[in-house]
Amino acid sequence: MYKNMFIILLLAGFGLLLGSFLLTHHEYLSLPQLPAYYADNTAPEVGAANVVTAVVVTYRGFDTLGEVTILFVAASLIAMFLKHSKAPRHDRHPRPSSVILSTSQKLLFPLIVLFGAYVFANGHLTPGGGFQGGAIIATGFLLLLMANPQAEFKHGLLNAIESISGTSYVIIGILGAILGLGFLDNRFISLGQLGTLFSAGAIPVIYSLIGLKVGAELSNILHHLNEVQNEE
Amino acid sequence: MEYLTLQNIGLVTGFMLMLIGLYGALTQKNILRIIVAFTIFDAGLNLVIVALSYIKGRVAPIIDQTTGVTNLSEKFVDPIPQALVLTSIVIGVGVTGVMLTFALRMFKTRHSLDINDFKQTKW
Amino acid sequence: MITIILAIVLGLVMISMAIAALTAYRVRAAVLASGIVSLIASIIYLLLAAPDVAMTEAAIGSGLTTIIFFYVLNKIRRSDV
Repeated sequence: MYKNMFIILLLAGFGLLLGSFLLTHHEYLSLPQLPAYYADNTAPEVGAANVVTAVVVTYRGFDTLGEVTILFVAASLIAMFLKHSKAPRHDRHPRPSSVILSTSQKLLFPLIVLFGAYVFANGHLTPGGGFQGGAIIATGFLLLLMANPQAEFKHGLLNAIESISGTSYVIIGILGAILGLGFLDNRFISLGQLGTLFSAGAIPVIYSLIGLKVGAELSNILHHLNEVQNEE
Repeated sequence: MEYLTLQNIGLVTGFMLMLIGLYGALTQKNILRIIVAFTIFDAGLNLVIVALSYIKGRVAPIIDQTTGVTNLSEKFVDPIPQALVLTSIVIGVGVTGVMLTFALRMFKTRHSLDINDFKQTKW
Repeated sequence: MITIILAIVLGLVMISMAIAALTAYRVRAAVLASGIVSLIASIIYLLLAAPDVAMTEAAIGSGLTTIIFFYVLNKIRRSDV
């Protein structure tokens, strides 16, 4: 009873807070100083057409490094919780996946990976980037897992992609500190012409590495969940 | 009628989702349903942050032929909250994955999904 | 004007789906409903001039989260799941 009263009071208080915020806030008519600086100076300073990408990769690149680290820790935690026993798998023979799924998987998997690579390589020009492209690659891997759920995949390849791209990300950041103006500075490679694929200095390289890392991590999570599935 | 802007609609929807998610997280007994309520709270919070960055009549912060390269701060919406929400969504899926595997582990040891069955912290 | 009407309709669908997610009898239905909440949120992000966030929400928030939920649900065999 007291618990219900507490919940009602908490919700009412929270609702009042949000409602008073809604009634008193004013829509901005112009951008505040910092976002206005980013909007005006992204093209000359960083050379990226997509301002959100410029903010994510360079201006607030440190946040992104932390985010990738958090995702890595989450993937390791999931792997730790789902540690599967080494005992030989008892050979149930589950229904094989349908012909449509297994045939279309062979055709679609390379195309999906290619599309994911397109999304993260063009992150500085169009909407999209490393996280979206990584998620698309993970969905391709999911199709692979659904078509052959019993198959053995090599962990090694995914782990190698993940660690190599993570290390190169940090190395490029340090190169920016040595050759450029600061950690994760993108200007040690020439900026090029605005709006072309090879422009914006190190941004396409960094975002591709993030894409590979995120794709490998999400695929690893799906792979671990699938292993648990098979074990039963 | 003047309150019926896109920003206010986004804010109200986000606030309602947050309240629904909080209510669910506090009242549900099943662990999986609590996690579902958390994801709804997450979606509402992200929607509120993006809605706050919107300015009427402006376009997405991407330079192309229609925007040109001058006076961009008078044409774009705020890019910083969008970048932060991008981060938040990706972290959200990681946290949801950890919560779900934890729930799976709890189910395997106790064969129960009721939150009230887990009294002690060591199991 | 048409954008505002669209946003109101989408917002109402989102709120009703969120309520459906909490009241559904089976957990699978709740997971699907929360996936629909994320999917519609991505359309609203597009209306709010945030295409980057819309792509992320559609691919990660709506797609991968639902899939991870279903992998776990598949493992827990109970009548109300």
